[in-house]
Amino acid sequence: MDSTYQKGKKGKKKNLSESKKDRVSAYLYIAPFFIIFGVIGLYPALFSFYLAFQKWNGLGEMSFVGLNNFKIVLEDPLFWKSLYNTIVIGLIGTAPQIIVGIILAILLNVAFLRFRSFFRVTIFMPYITSMVAVALIFSVIFSDHQSSLANYVLGLFGADPVSWGTSEWGTKIAISIMVFWRWVGYNTIIYLAGIQSIPNDVYEAATIDGASKFQQVIHITLPLLKPFILLTVFFSTVGALQLFSEPTVFLGASAFTRDEAMTVVMYLYRDAFKLQSFGTASATAIILLVVIIIFAAINTYLTSGIGKKRRRG
Amino acid sequence: MNTVAKKRKLSMGKVFVYLFLTLASALSLFPFYWMFVMATQTSSAYNSIPPTITPGNLMVENFQKVLQQIDFFGALWTSFVLCTIVTLVVLFISSLAGFAFAKFHFPAKNFLFITILLTMIIPPQLGLIPQYFLIAKAGLLDTLSGVMILFFLNPLGIFLMRQYVSDSVPDELIEAAKLDGCSNFKIYRSIVLPIILPAFATLGIIVFTAVWGEFLWQFTILRDPENYTIQVALASLSNTFNVDFGMILSGVFWATVPLIIIFLLFNRLFISSIAEGSVK
Repeated sequence: MDSTYQKGKKGKKKNLSESKKDRVSAYLYIAPFFIIFGVIGLYPALFSFYLAFQKWNGLGEMSFVGLNNFKIVLEDPLFWKSLYNTIVIGLIGTAPQIIVGIILAILLNVAFLRFRSFFRVTIFMPYITSMVAVALIFSVIFSDHQSSLANYVLGLFGADPVSWGTSEWGTKIAISIMVFWRWVGYNTIIYLAGIQSIPNDVYEAATIDGASKFQQVIHITLPLLKPFILLTVFFSTVGALQLFSEPTVFLGASAFTRDEAMTVVMYLYRDAFKLQSFGTASATAIILLVVIIIFAAINTYLTSGIGKKRRRG
Repeated sequence: MNTVAKKRKLSMGKVFVYLFLTLASALSLFPFYWMFVMATQTSSAYNSIPPTITPGNLMVENFQKVLQQIDFFGALWTSFVLCTIVTLVVLFISSLAGFAFAKFHFPAKNFLFITILLTMIIPPQLGLIPQYFLIAKAGLLDTLSGVMILFFLNPLGIFLMRQYVSDSVPDELIEAAKLDGCSNFKIYRSIVLPIILPAFATLGIIVFTAVWGEFLWQFTILRDPENYTIQVALASLSNTFNVDFGMILSGVFWATVPLIIIFLLFNRLFISSIAEGSVK
């Protein structure tokens, strides 16, 4: 980049029209993105803010209602229930993902491992399946029936069958498991890339100093992996708060009529496209945006603290 | 004695590593296998105790039922067309913009680039409702173009392309071409494009699979079953209360097989594209 700059400067005397031409080209080349972004990104986002203060059924006149939409949403127990559901499913579905992902990445990187690429491919494979497909497969494994596969396995351990599609915790756990299943391999690959970017001589030096494998993981791998962990925590947090496809498909026909697994985005979708209340739906979208920012900030802060504490201790 | 103990500890560790990875692989693969089993069984097979875990012989019948419920191949084709067009457009937009950001000097460059990165933060749900009305107003509701347009917006693509162009296209080459009187677009077409083809493969995979698996937007825009993409069509299989699991999983199975084949052919590229997307 710097060299282009210098050359541009050098060429200035020689040919002023050429650098002007370059400038025009550059703006032309980046224009498509900004045009599309203006129409389909920025304008809708701003319009959402406008809509959040209007009462509108999508067809008739809009009427300005001030903060009333926010009041309606925040006073609706179902909104809080959906936020609670989203957080619970997000927590059970993504926190173990990160821990198991790190363990898997470390194991996939050990020197003596044979069939390395086989393990890597199989662990990553769930990611290529679409979320709709995953939700449908899991709705069979976790069906309410006494003898569904999940209930059969529970039975082997002497537990009672669970109605996965209708009970408060059954639904949440089933959805969390499918989120976990689909994404753990994805995180593993990111961590593996991170581990492989750590230079080998750091470990060699530690081995000479007499550090055990476990100590090396705690004092070398984890701290150096921190940027990658932060990245996945950030993306998982944002992704978890936007959960929609899994519960919608898992619950099928009854998805928008029951509240055990209604997430915030489902609540928003139901307001807009089932109840034609676009003002409150837009207010929900803005509340969701605030929630995402808060949670992403908290999680990023907490995760960045972990490595430090450990090093001090 | 010390070395014996050490050796034993080491082999215990080895056993643990293989055990853990084998278990993880088995859990990863099992739903795929189960999907295949159920696709070949009667719907009542899942009621049997213990659950059926061996394939039956209803592969053809179950898939025929799918074909009665949804236009399976039509939906598959729709998804394929959608993803191909989106991928090509995103590659073109991103590589041009990436080239501009990597090799040109112009006012407000950094500001504009940071703006692009910041657009990644806007959650898709925030725009969902206005986007829906925008598409409706343009008369694109229930059309493939209406679905497509939203996916053209891909800031990550520009980010990756800028990185790749500035890493792998030497400035001297561009200077030389300019001295030869090449226009900027000709430089893009005949010098930059061939060099960044590997990056096209990477970004192409990321975009194609992301659009293929997306659901919320496709579900919102598409209403007429004739226009369904494969995701929306599959979801519609379970939308009745009368659930035929053999039929549903047969649909899911045959929609997943092409992806598995593509994945096994290109798995190295798949995996490295995910890793690259995160590292850079």
